[in-house]
Amino acid sequence: MYAFTYHRPSTVDEALSLLRGAEDGKLMAGGQTLIPTLKQRLAQPSDVIDLGGLTDLVGICEEGDVLVVGGMTNHATVAHSDLVKAKIPGLAELAEMIGDPQVRNRGTMGGSIANNDPAADYPGALLALNAEVVTDRRRIGADAFFTGMFETALEEDELVVSVRFPVPEKAKYMKFPNPASRYSMAGVMVAVTGGAVRVAVTGAGPCAFRWTEAEAALAGGLDPAAIDALVVDASDLNTDLHGSAAYRAHLVKVMAKRAVQALA
Amino acid sequence: MTEHGIGARVARKEDKRFITGKGRYTDDIDLPGQAFAFFVRSPMAHAAIRRVDTAAAVAAPGVVGVLTGADVAADGIGGLICGWMVKSKDGSDMKAGGHPILAKDKVRYVGDHVAVVVAKTYAQARDAADLVEVDYEELPAVIELTGAREGALVHDEIASNTVYEWELGDQAATDAALAGAAHVTTIEITNNRLVPNAMEPRAAIGHYDAATEQHTLYTTSQNPHVARLVMSAFVGLAPEHKFRVVAPDVGGGFGSKIFIYAEECVCLWAARRLGVPVKWVAERAESFLSDAHGRDHVTRASLAMDADGNFTGLKVHTTANMGAYLSTFASSIPTYLYATLLAGQYKTPAIYCEVDALYTNTAPVDAYRGAGRPEATYLLETLVEEAARETGRDPAALRRQNFIKPEQFPYQTPVALVYDTGDYEAHLDAALELADYEGFPARKAEAASRGKLRGIGFSCYIEACGIAPSQVVGALGAGVGLWEAGKVRFSVTGKLQVFTGSHSHGQGHETTFAQVMASKLGVPYGDVEVLHGDTDQTPMGMGTYGSRSLAVGGSALVKAAEKVIDKGKKIAAHLLEASEGDIDFADGKFTVRGTDREKSIGEVVFAAYVPHNYPEGLEPGMEETAFYDPANFTYPSGTYIAEVEIDPETGVVEIVKFTAVDDFGKVVNPMIVEGQVHGGLAQGIGQALFENTVYDPATGQLLTGSYMDYCMPRADDLPSFDVATTETACSHNPLGVKGCGEAGAIGSPPALMNAIADAIGTRLSMPATPEKVWQAIRSGAAAQAAE
Repeated sequence: MYAFTYHRPSTVDEALSLLRGAEDGKLMAGGQTLIPTLKQRLAQPSDVIDLGGLTDLVGICEEGDVLVVGGMTNHATVAHSDLVKAKIPGLAELAEMIGDPQVRNRGTMGGSIANNDPAADYPGALLALNAEVVTDRRRIGADAFFTGMFETALEEDELVVSVRFPVPEKAKYMKFPNPASRYSMAGVMVAVTGGAVRVAVTGAGPCAFRWTEAEAALAGGLDPAAIDALVVDASDLNTDLHGSAAYRAHLVKVMAKRAVQALA
Repeated sequence: MTEHGIGARVARKEDKRFITGKGRYTDDIDLPGQAFAFFVRSPMAHAAIRRVDTAAAVAAPGVVGVLTGADVAADGIGGLICGWMVKSKDGSDMKAGGHPILAKDKVRYVGDHVAVVVAKTYAQARDAADLVEVDYEELPAVIELTGAREGALVHDEIASNTVYEWELGDQAATDAALAGAAHVTTIEITNNRLVPNAMEPRAAIGHYDAATEQHTLYTTSQNPHVARLVMSAFVGLAPEHKFRVVAPDVGGGFGSKIFIYAEECVCLWAARRLGVPVKWVAERAESFLSDAHGRDHVTRASLAMDADGNFTGLKVHTTANMGAYLSTFASSIPTYLYATLLAGQYKTPAIYCEVDALYTNTAPVDAYRGAGRPEATYLLETLVEEAARETGRDPAALRRQNFIKPEQFPYQTPVALVYDTGDYEAHLDAALELADYEGFPARKAEAASRGKLRGIGFSCYIEACGIAPSQVVGALGAGVGLWEAGKVRFSVTGKLQVFTGSHSHGQGHETTFAQVMASKLGVPYGDVEVLHGDTDQTPMGMGTYGSRSLAVGGSALVKAAEKVIDKGKKIAAHLLEASEGDIDFADGKFTVRGTDREKSIGEVVFAAYVPHNYPEGLEPGMEETAFYDPANFTYPSGTYIAEVEIDPETGVVEIVKFTAVDDFGKVVNPMIVEGQVHGGLAQGIGQALFENTVYDPATGQLLTGSYMDYCMPRADDLPSFDVATTETACSHNPLGVKGCGEAGAIGSPPALMNAIADAIGTRLSMPATPEKVWQAIRSGAAAQAAE
């Protein structure tokens, strides 16, 4: 780890002003990616702005038919929240599948989606649930938020305040974890909200994406057999030590089918 | 059996400090004025070093010194050695390239140590290391065994990168057996390379006291006396009598902490040269790069059978990857600890094995839990299972038919060893029952109804522990004796300190050895303290590896206890006014045979230290040391049965049942033995399903250099194991024990791989990752569809 200046602001405005004033500042939410990166000396920020003091950004509430999760809410809180379990049990289950207990007690939803690791679990959930990301200055729909590998629509000095999930009729996440890291190698969330089916895939490609063919195939009803007839194009998927693109393409189908089976 | 004696399930003494975070590991030790070392490591697999410029680093804040290979040479410091001379078939000595503690002319693998920066803080050392400029001239690298003979030379003076071409057994008889066989099963098999991954990374603190000229090294060692010997006699860092090595609590080794590494040598040398204590603690990434790896064999083997299914011959050719340098015991692993085990539990009359050991531009490879024996077992038990499949025989029945029978012991194998005792059918029968082998077809059918592929696989392993006797291993090329020493010291109040040359880094010696002493000397278990790991405190010892601690180290302590008893009889005879020959010792009491006259061991010990009324001419005191050199190896054996269910859609293998029945001879603490078996099984299952070390074949970069990519087994990957023991006592050590530390890792990989092959009809290489399994099922389904 290289030396840096550490800050712990208590408001969003203070955090952003520190960030703007820093030569090469970095916001830190739960630090589950940033700290290992710093320890390996793969990043050398001048300032680290710890968002742990932004207690307003922690918590889960219901606003009408929308579930609002504060950006600094950790995964364990989401996993164990009675409200999340009641409204979107599939989201609580997903949170419980992230990392290990240490990661779940430190890592946050805002940090995860702002980092947009291609193998993270939350991006798929936001896409399938058609969530809205609330920042310090605007709202961004999930479809527009995740723009590429480790890339999002966030501006350099923009901070995730909360995520708004319209409560679906049903949602299910099926994950095939990377055996080593337990990140997602192929994670599929299928959600039905307001009668519309959305299918999102994470871990298989360079960025979480919606599988529109599956959505179309399921539009007439949640029939697992509808998935059988589909072909996942492997050409855009990842190949690494743990799985080829062809295997990931196959797993996407299997996970999607299992999610549909669980919901049907 | 008493509550704390031999055979009792005594909770481990050491766990109180371990589970409350009070263990004292090397990194917990801080010496006044200590500085920190950071090693500059090669980013290339193979390169000539043109120049090392340390000027900027030397000038950096906090830097105490920057040392390079040129400084090592200037100080006349020697290189690391490989302590076992293996000769090629033609009689020539193995070819061992130089292994400097800091590379001077060439680097030979990614992670090779080029320079060390010592600074007041670790962060300063690390910062300054970025300023060391090394001018490398990259050379072509040899990464894989295939083509290694024809590749660039890892050591310029060693032709064809060949360390040795070794053989064992009777080639002519084996060829004749193959030629005359009714059936020959031939396989090609790879034993995957593993990273040891001890929980505590390697660490060292070097200290030199200029006033007394005393050198002290705290280090993560399984064998502190061996470390002292090698660093003194070969590296030339300090004379043995002015050199103390302390291996305090050590958090796991699995073999990787047997070896003498460059980093600890550098810490000691730098401490003297720079005049400050020097501490180094490996980062996990360094452990991946620079701990000696395990296994890495490619083998072709044939098993011959007659028409009745009797094994008639076994022919093996193995190529073993040694990495870039010969580590401390590397040469012995694929030879005397591998080929000698190829008879397994079977009476195969003719065996011939050739082993070619090659250098590559990868990390050195040496002993890792099992060390040679897992490689032999994986090969043999795969062959036997394939032979059963090819000839339509039941795999259990084929094994049983070929077992060495109890009445055949002692049994001379065709590959040098003499097995003293065993009863292989006993553990096969016990395992078949525990695993409910008869119920397997019904379970398979039930699994099929759920869309799962169920398979069962066997492994009947043998291992050789407590490598001995010294004369024999010496004749085979070992550079050291393989005895062990123990010292028993009573205090005036009758409390007992026992000192062992073996070393506990997870095995539980403090408990087991105290149980043995409590049983032998009849003192309360709580009155026994076991001390180890400090060359200034313990008698000379060879350390802990090869499951030798209890069989060899424990036996030495028993011998020392016997000396105590012999001396005690003289004292008791005097006190009781009886003849020494009439004194019996049992349960802590010296008794005049046939009378109720007795003296407790406490009274006798007190008399020895307060010898007011004492036998004439007898030395006072009660402290005895014994050295024990075993007459033979010990031969644990067992039967493991794995049962798996495979999800054909994903290729995920679930271990639904794992049965392990072991014959470890006499068992001192069944709970510790079960724990050792569980841990070994987890490591063997790790090798079979998860772990793999991958170097980029073009660049030699380690691609599996962290837990993000190197897959360790986790608790939720493992079933609840069904373990049991059978017992044939070792015939030649006083405890009748055989050793249990490695069995799980030796026996489990083939059982699991055989179960997978049984489930999917295809034999896979390790690790059987979900994708491999899925591909195999898919290919099988495609082949079936085409038929």
